[in-house]
Amino acid sequence: MSVPLLETRGVWQRFGGLIANSDISMSVVPGEIVGLIGPNGAGKSTLFNLIAGVLPPTQGTIWFNGEDVTRMPAAERCQRGIARTFQVVKSFETMTVIDNVIVGALIRTTVMREARRKAHEVLDFCGIAHRADKLARDLIPSEKRRLEVARALATEPKLLLLDECLTGLTPIEAQTGVELVRKVRATGVTVLMVEHVMEIVMPLVDRAIVLDLGKVLVEGKPTDIVRDPRVIKAYLGDRHAVG
Amino acid sequence: MNNSFALRRRNDLIMAAVLTAAAACMPFLVKDVYVQNIMVLTLMYAALSQSWNILSGYCGQISLGHALYFGLGAYTTALLFTKFGVVPWVGMIAGGLISAMIALALGYPTFRLGGHYFVIATIVIAEIGLLLFHNWDWAGAALGIDIPVRGDSWLKFQFTRSKLPYFYFALAFCVVAWLITWWLEDSKWGYWWRAVKDNPEAAQSLGVVVFNSKMGAAAVSAFLTAIGGAFYAMFVSYIDPDSVMSFQFSLLMALPAVLGGIGTLWGPVLGAAILIPLTEVTRSFIGGSGRGVDLILYGALIVAISLARPEGLVGLFSRRKKETAR
Repeated sequence: MSVPLLETRGVWQRFGGLIANSDISMSVVPGEIVGLIGPNGAGKSTLFNLIAGVLPPTQGTIWFNGEDVTRMPAAERCQRGIARTFQVVKSFETMTVIDNVIVGALIRTTVMREARRKAHEVLDFCGIAHRADKLARDLIPSEKRRLEVARALATEPKLLLLDECLTGLTPIEAQTGVELVRKVRATGVTVLMVEHVMEIVMPLVDRAIVLDLGKVLVEGKPTDIVRDPRVIKAYLGDRHAVG
Repeated sequence: MNNSFALRRRNDLIMAAVLTAAAACMPFLVKDVYVQNIMVLTLMYAALSQSWNILSGYCGQISLGHALYFGLGAYTTALLFTKFGVVPWVGMIAGGLISAMIALALGYPTFRLGGHYFVIATIVIAEIGLLLFHNWDWAGAALGIDIPVRGDSWLKFQFTRSKLPYFYFALAFCVVAWLITWWLEDSKWGYWWRAVKDNPEAAQSLGVVVFNSKMGAAAVSAFLTAIGGAFYAMFVSYIDPDSVMSFQFSLLMALPAVLGGIGTLWGPVLGAAILIPLTEVTRSFIGGSGRGVDLILYGALIVAISLARPEGLVGLFSRRKKETAR
């Protein structure tokens, strides 16, 4: 196994009396697509936010590309090469689609012409180039998801964090989303995706990490994961675990 | 698509050049001093509102305390001129720098406040400034400062016989404020500011340093506002705390942008061109006691605008207007 791009070491997150993450150690190696899955309330989003830099963990460290980023603010992590999307899309609503993406591109260049060219390129890559001059608020939900990805890609990340970006889409939209994620990986970007719906992610990811009750339950190949009795139990309860 | 964007930017410049040329010819057509006075004020408020728009329109940090920076510019210039004989041009820059620094010092704690709390803080801070100047004896306290007339000259920026030099300075000020906005609009700062305004959390995730963006906007905005204050001090040649730092100025800087279109390039210009002549005329019709009445008028205008066209009057000219109206 090569040197991990992202690593969490013994990460805890407590919110008052609630323990959202307890002693989570996991890693992602360059070039992987890793799925972070688990039932509702398993602590996926919390861990995701810790990695993205929304808040620092109560305990433990987070390493990115050989550097301790535990207390680094989100903006700086983005500079280092971590980009994210939001589960509830956060487009810049009063800006055009292209301008949304330019904001991301500006982290790598301050030459406007270059940022604009880059933004067009990324929009094209994500298949929403034809909407470039529309206002973000006029996009339909699946297009907004793509815009989130485009904006994140414009920052030229090493690691792309996707927060339930395939959830709530129609099967066809989800399928094109899956293809987009594959395309992203093909350009050399490592992907860590939080997903709730197993059917969508399992064929896509190289490795899955299952969280339950704030802990890592199992991790491994998706084909093994879906048959693992512990995972079935976590998702469906005891009765189904036997079969 | 790249081309349509570049074309729009170029058209804005051409439009600005045409309007500037037209405005520059105005004094030859209008000889009436009263009307010329209104024209000077209109240009000045257009520029001030343009400056306000940088922080409040583009970056979304609504300030109703810009009278503080306006007053600081006016006082710095007037004090340096009367007490130390420093030419107003130097006073102007000094006032701008002082204002920018104070904006940064105030931004440090206040930019952590969200939404309405920030607005309230700006109002309160400007009121504190007003009270301080009311009680600061060296700066003339409530009596203010009478700027002595030392003869017409560009160096001293005093003109007693004609309003034209003031007019052309106000026009230049307005053009410069517009050009700065035009330039910033398509710069890293411009995009960062709009991103911060729309969604700070998303902006942060894309590498935007939200706090620094707000600080940058505040400094530029305060600097330009103080230039306007310095100009105003020389223009009226008498200042006191209420005549340069009262809440009314904060409103008069915000309103043109709100009326014309907040966070837009042309909004402040359009808004000032409508609002300032309107208020000056109503004020003179109603007479000296009409000060409260123009406040009622502002209030009514804001209500009307927010109901009918929340994105401002520039929306009337924009192609996208129909789908974006909320």
